[in-house]
Amino acid sequence: MTAAVLFENVSRHFGAVKAVDAVNLEIAEGEFFAMLGPSGSGKTTCLRLMAGFEQPTGGHIEIFGETAEGVPPYRRSVNTVFQDYALFPHLSILDNVAYGLMVKGVGKDERRKAAEDALAMVKLPGYGQRRPGQLSGGQRQRVALARALVNKPKVLLLDEPLGALDLKLREQMQEELKSLQKSLGITFVFVTHDQGEALSMADRIAVFNDGKIQQLGSPEDIYKRPQTRFVADFVGSSNVLSSALCAKLGLSAKAASLRPEAIAIGASSVEQLSLTGRVTARSFLGAVNRVTVDCDGEKIIVAYPAALPVPDTSATVTLAFSRNDLHLMEEA
Amino acid sequence: MRSDRSTSAPLGLKIAAIGGLAFLHIPILLIFLYAFTTEEKSYQFPPPGLTLQWFAVTWNRPDVWEALTLSVKVATIATGIALVLGTLCAAAVSQTQFFGRETISLLVILPIALPGIITGIALRSAFSMADIPFSFWTIVLGHATFCIVVVYNNAVARFRRVSGSLIEASMDLGADGFQTFRYVILPNIGTALLAGGMLAFALSFDEVIVTTFTGGQQSTLPIWMLEELIRPRQRPVTNVVAMVVMLVTFLPILAAYYLTRDGDQIAGAGK
Repeated sequence: MTAAVLFENVSRHFGAVKAVDAVNLEIAEGEFFAMLGPSGSGKTTCLRLMAGFEQPTGGHIEIFGETAEGVPPYRRSVNTVFQDYALFPHLSILDNVAYGLMVKGVGKDERRKAAEDALAMVKLPGYGQRRPGQLSGGQRQRVALARALVNKPKVLLLDEPLGALDLKLREQMQEELKSLQKSLGITFVFVTHDQGEALSMADRIAVFNDGKIQQLGSPEDIYKRPQTRFVADFVGSSNVLSSALCAKLGLSAKAASLRPEAIAIGASSVEQLSLTGRVTARSFLGAVNRVTVDCDGEKIIVAYPAALPVPDTSATVTLAFSRNDLHLMEEA
Repeated sequence: MRSDRSTSAPLGLKIAAIGGLAFLHIPILLIFLYAFTTEEKSYQFPPPGLTLQWFAVTWNRPDVWEALTLSVKVATIATGIALVLGTLCAAAVSQTQFFGRETISLLVILPIALPGIITGIALRSAFSMADIPFSFWTIVLGHATFCIVVVYNNAVARFRRVSGSLIEASMDLGADGFQTFRYVILPNIGTALLAGGMLAFALSFDEVIVTTFTGGQQSTLPIWMLEELIRPRQRPVTNVVAMVVMLVTFLPILAAYYLTRDGDQIAGAGK
């Protein structure tokens, strides 16, 4: 099967700044693909390369087998949901949604019908006559989605689409986006800096840092088996144990990652690994207590269920965890 | 204790305010008044009698019509040039980053900051050096230099409010450059261009200094008026023309004000 989006050694340098540096990736048709990373990591530039707003300075891009370099945005079967939604303020909601069909020369009745269907699909039927200024952030987000989907793109690009919404709405939209993607079968490529969003929605995730992909894999892979210190740290703040601490546990590795919620405080059974340390800080986060323990000068964070008693600060505790939860990494 | 703080200002302040406004506007009213006087050699006060005959006289004077037509033509073409070039320049400066952007922005605005006499002399010597005969077109070029500034200032202010992602969204949805301009950019900057254009037209219409330096034998309306004041012949005719011009230009200026008052300054209106 042809890949929906193919990057071969793609670079986008702005002078000395390597926004995207020799990136390889292959997004399958019908996949929900997330590009995750902090701001300035190159994920948005990758999206803009797919949309055609940027041209690569090196490498090769294919969209459904067709070379994308030099093809302007208006000749790509790709549509974008912008971070600020970019709705046209001078047009009604219906005309906004019908815009793509209008510039392609689709007749007035046909495009109105299609736009109304698209609005119904995003659960905004009957909003056609309003103006973008009269809608809430969540509604504008849905209009932006309808405006892109009405063109039946082969790939839908979403640039931090939920960034401006409040928490409750964000969770609701995550579910809706996911089910919309399943029912339409369109390839979604999604940029976010929120690891929770990426983990819950995507089929596969590419973690970006400094213009390069640090790790590409399923959400479970990324979360449980981070390959680099950056991924371990960025995706849910894993503890990274140094080689010295690994040696103490009888393991030989450059570094190892350990998730805060995989650690128990207190006595360990025989098959478990254990470390001793001193509690330096603790804070109550609702469902869990976050306990910071100093083991030989290395900070280890423990997410400890709030139902269990919390050790006092400066108390000496034993940290116990299973060997399976300790993930060895090739690089420090 | 007075709790009502919106009651009237001190009497002295009121008198000063009324005096200031009267000083500004009574001379204009006097121009209106002398359009109806029966005395044609000098402006004596009060006018000995009132008449409407000067309107008929003005209507039948060919020199009035010649000056008026020339002014309208010059203003129309200068405004047209300014609309095209000013918009293009504003788009370049506000939408893209390039070397020397700030310098270009300054150079475009400069003609309105320079005294008209400098612009006039500079253009006159440039035209002479290039052996371009002074004509209708040299007046138009002279006027276009400051009309561009007005259009540019209005357009650049509006362009800054049109977010760049609107243009990207349009391209993303399949519109090429021309369609994007037609369906997204123009509707968003339209009122700014209308306001800028009207102001440019009005500026060109009453411009004297640059016209004096760049014109040949032709007289635009303000220059015709100046000549009339020096060589009085049917004096109230000048007043009639002044009054009609004022009434006709007042409406577009008012419209421009209402079109742009939501946040946009009509920068450069002080020329």
